[in-house]
Amino acid sequence: MSELAASSPAAAKKPAREDSPTRRAFRRLLRRKGAVVGLVVVLLFVCMALLADWIAPYNPTEADWSALRGEPTLEHPFGGDELGRDVLSRVIYGARASLFAGVISVLLALAIGIPVGLLSGYAGGVVDGVIMRFTDAMLAVPFLILAIAMAAFLGPSLANAMIAIGVAAAPIFVRLTRAQVQSVKVEDYVEAARAIGNSPARIAFRHILPNIWPALMVQSTLTIASAIIAEASLSFLGLGQQPPEPSWGSMLNAAKDYMSDAPWMAIYPGLSIFLVVLSFNLLGDGLRDALDPRHRD
Amino acid sequence: MIRTSALAALSAVVLLGSGAASAQTLRFGLAEDPDALDPTLARTFVGRVVFSALCDKLVDISPDLKVVPQLATEWKWSDDNKSLILKLRPNVTFHDGEKFDAEAVKYNIERHKTMQGSQRRGELSAVTSVEVVDPLTVKLNTAAPFAPLLATLTDRAGMMISPKAGKALGEKFATAPVCAGPFKFVERVAQDRIVLEKYDGYWNKDNVHFQRIEFRPFVDATVRLANLRSGQLDFIERLAATDAKAVQNDSKLKFASITEIGYYGITINIGKSDKAKTSALGSNPKIREAFELSLDRNGINKVVFDGLATPGNQWVAPTNPAYAKSVPIPKRDVAKAKQLLKEAGNPNPVVNLVTPTTTDASKIAQVVQAMAKDAGFDVRIQATEFATSLNMADKGDFEAYILAWSGRPDPDGNLYSFHACKQPLNYSGLCNPALDEILNDSRLTTDMAQRQAAWEKAAKIINAERPIIYLLHRKWLYAHSAKLTGFKEYPDGLIRFVGMKM
Amino acid sequence: MTRFLFRRLAILIPTLIFVSMIIFGLQQLLPGDPAIAMAGEERDPQAIAELRAKYNLDKPIWVQYGLWIGGILQGDFGESIRIQLPVSQLLLEKLPVTIELAVLSMLVALLIGLPAGVISALYNGRWPDYLANVIGLWGLSTPNFWLGIMMILLFSVHLGWLPASGYVSPTEDLWANLQAMIMPAFVLGTGIAAVFMRHTRSAMLQVLASDYIRTARAKGLYERVVIGKHAFRNAAVPVITLGALEFGQLLSGAVLTEQIFSIPGFGKLIVDAVFNRDYAVVQGVVLCTATAYVLLNLLADIAYFLVNPRLRT
Repeated sequence: MSELAASSPAAAKKPAREDSPTRRAFRRLLRRKGAVVGLVVVLLFVCMALLADWIAPYNPTEADWSALRGEPTLEHPFGGDELGRDVLSRVIYGARASLFAGVISVLLALAIGIPVGLLSGYAGGVVDGVIMRFTDAMLAVPFLILAIAMAAFLGPSLANAMIAIGVAAAPIFVRLTRAQVQSVKVEDYVEAARAIGNSPARIAFRHILPNIWPALMVQSTLTIASAIIAEASLSFLGLGQQPPEPSWGSMLNAAKDYMSDAPWMAIYPGLSIFLVVLSFNLLGDGLRDALDPRHRD
Repeated sequence: MIRTSALAALSAVVLLGSGAASAQTLRFGLAEDPDALDPTLARTFVGRVVFSALCDKLVDISPDLKVVPQLATEWKWSDDNKSLILKLRPNVTFHDGEKFDAEAVKYNIERHKTMQGSQRRGELSAVTSVEVVDPLTVKLNTAAPFAPLLATLTDRAGMMISPKAGKALGEKFATAPVCAGPFKFVERVAQDRIVLEKYDGYWNKDNVHFQRIEFRPFVDATVRLANLRSGQLDFIERLAATDAKAVQNDSKLKFASITEIGYYGITINIGKSDKAKTSALGSNPKIREAFELSLDRNGINKVVFDGLATPGNQWVAPTNPAYAKSVPIPKRDVAKAKQLLKEAGNPNPVVNLVTPTTTDASKIAQVVQAMAKDAGFDVRIQATEFATSLNMADKGDFEAYILAWSGRPDPDGNLYSFHACKQPLNYSGLCNPALDEILNDSRLTTDMAQRQAAWEKAAKIINAERPIIYLLHRKWLYAHSAKLTGFKEYPDGLIRFVGMKM
Repeated sequence: MTRFLFRRLAILIPTLIFVSMIIFGLQQLLPGDPAIAMAGEERDPQAIAELRAKYNLDKPIWVQYGLWIGGILQGDFGESIRIQLPVSQLLLEKLPVTIELAVLSMLVALLIGLPAGVISALYNGRWPDYLANVIGLWGLSTPNFWLGIMMILLFSVHLGWLPASGYVSPTEDLWANLQAMIMPAFVLGTGIAAVFMRHTRSAMLQVLASDYIRTARAKGLYERVVIGKHAFRNAAVPVITLGALEFGQLLSGAVLTEQIFSIPGFGKLIVDAVFNRDYAVVQGVVLCTATAYVLLNLLADIAYFLVNPRLRT
């Protein structure tokens, strides 16, 4: 039946689309409801962050002394914060800072981790040994301590928090990349590429990277989740986003003094962090299931 | 029937017993873990809270900031005002049984002055020698009259440790401090607790009603209060202003407050470094005046401290007798501020405000930013970790810096080190010879009327130059179990445990 | 086996040297002069100069590093500038507390993570799977400090069931100790339960689809026996090795959780020390926890090696 269809004139017009591994993976991903929910929620928050200027009812840094810790009303659906600013607007704009913190940190970690991991995995020998010992050392220092020390060194700001988290998370990707490289290095197509004289860089980019990105994607998604929590933790210590700009973490930090007085200051940013981080985690787990050839539903 | 009444009797006895036992231990919640428990080396406020139970001083202050006896019963200045003669209380012993006498005082003062790392050296720099006149009389000699000396002795510089323990432990004294206070040291687990026990040889022991004090540090104010509310603590210091109402509405707790002797202010770099010349605030006094006029101190008080602070514009609060009445707090005047900026040729000046990352400083900065904006100022908050900010201030690497000072009983302690030329806390870089002369004069006489007159003159100069824009004086806020009585608030924020009971 | 062990131990040393360099370097990078940070409010210049001299802060970096390492090799971890107590004493005081918290947190994590992973694998694709997933991930998706404060407000202030914070030594009063540790252990445990859930689920799914389970089922053995004996035993392998690693992370001190609950463990010690620029404390504690982490890693590798016969050749 399918051969007939394939040889029919209609099929000849449309080029036959192969069921590529990517498409199969994508379908597997969609089959996992948790991952789908996660993906949708993440996209919703991303849209919220991008469209903040249009959907936020107030300027997030504009103080309104009359709404000091005001209860949620029609005018201020999420209430007012300790300086009378609109919590809803701050939650919306806060999505920018928190999502940014998550994504940029991980991009930085990838930018450091992938090249170093490739080098280490491909080169082997002493180079590999030294790099791995250093990576192990960084992983042995508690993540938050590394981040705190670096953020303190760079100065308290959102940008510096992102750098600190990114650098502290890089070793994870170094290790992951290296492990993937080592397992792929011995594959036939890589041996072949080397045999015909391709440069290591070319081999790395054309042959190795395309085969290791699934694992990196999974880890990246999960690390974004951790990075958002890390930003909240750094803000709690006064090292993340600084006032008056909002981030969910710094909003929680301010809110903790007013828990009985104005609980809405804490509820909405806390809920937002929870939803976004949970979604990234579900998405990451779903990706792992979808991309891991060993898992069959 | 018999069984239930026996049970009731038994439980009554148990309850009474446990009630009596628990009333003997005071569990105190501190806002931080104290540093070394050595009066010569100590440097934190919270350490002084523990010291007030552990180490008695030569003299103490009363709630209205008058000097009262503690280990010394009388004192007088010599005729040339260059010697302070103290008569000591008889029959006082240290926790190790050693006698307290003039030799002990001499040992302590010399220890404060000579020990390596001593933090008291600056405070006692005026003292040149200590003479033992007789076992209960000691004479402190100074090169020139130094009026604030007596007030200095109401703090750590006047704390007396046992010479025997001091000599035996040397710089390790903090591991097992031996003093002459109402309570003696039992144990300390860093960042967990400090335990003190009643000293039965205390000279005022009849008024000491607790058998034990346990100090526990809780850094987070919310958690500190939670511990008080759930019954784990009996007393907490530094209650958050925003929790005051909740405590007042709770029938099991009592709220107490008193205005501090310190202040919160914005220090402006007017000459400490080159930044003074390039910054808008530092280079032009008119811009500084405009900045002050754009602020509404009452507003800051309301938003940041829930109205529980006292607005001020000098180094002492308006209720303090040393306050210069000729320089009152200016009202907010945005129109005049704008005018001054126009005259200065800079209608939209940029202000880089170094703000420590503590909650209070951060909130004050945000409110200041919003208020000053109305007059045209572009205030940029430069959030900086506290330890880093100290460095920056030291080097003059700032334009404006939000800084609090805990205050000293003698107004000179809030004044001299900040505004006299090249003094260690003079971060603004102010160097005005006329002012220096006035400040020096105010130290030479013990006549309060003369000193007050000097301070009036100083206030005028400082107000004109504005090296510090004083904002307000916080209130020390306390919360304690309603069962606790006998607590009196003191403006230095310390707790006097003698007389308190539960 | 001994060759393997020897090789792994040899790797430990350069790793630890790097750790010491990293943590030393980070401390030096921190802006702000510890002598000024430690000086009294009055900032007496002479006191500052003396502090600097006493703690060798005026010497060049490599000299300070050398002095520190030299001290460590002799068992002297330096002194806390802030409280003037030896770092080794602080370490010994806090170690039992941190270990107890770590053990209790692991228990919580296992109690939540393992069942969640099992249920998730067994009911793969149906609603119990997603529910178990969310429960397992819930702790990981909430900031520790957040959960901690909420729990204190609920269980201590409103309900009065548990003490808000503070620590009582188990030798003093075991019941009070457990009461004080329940909430922080819960907060930390839920945070790492997700890792156990993921690995348990993954391992179980693998095993459930594998041959000998099918054979066991074909033989007609009870479902529970099938799962219990074969699947679980095999899924346990990565969980054990993972457990050792997560334990190492916990040992590093749950920085913020200890702060909130006032548990005098390593985490609180380190954070305060960073902000106070108390170099010796940070360096000493991190070096210790890093060593513990690296050793646990080694143990995990050995365990995996022993359990997995295929790696032995």
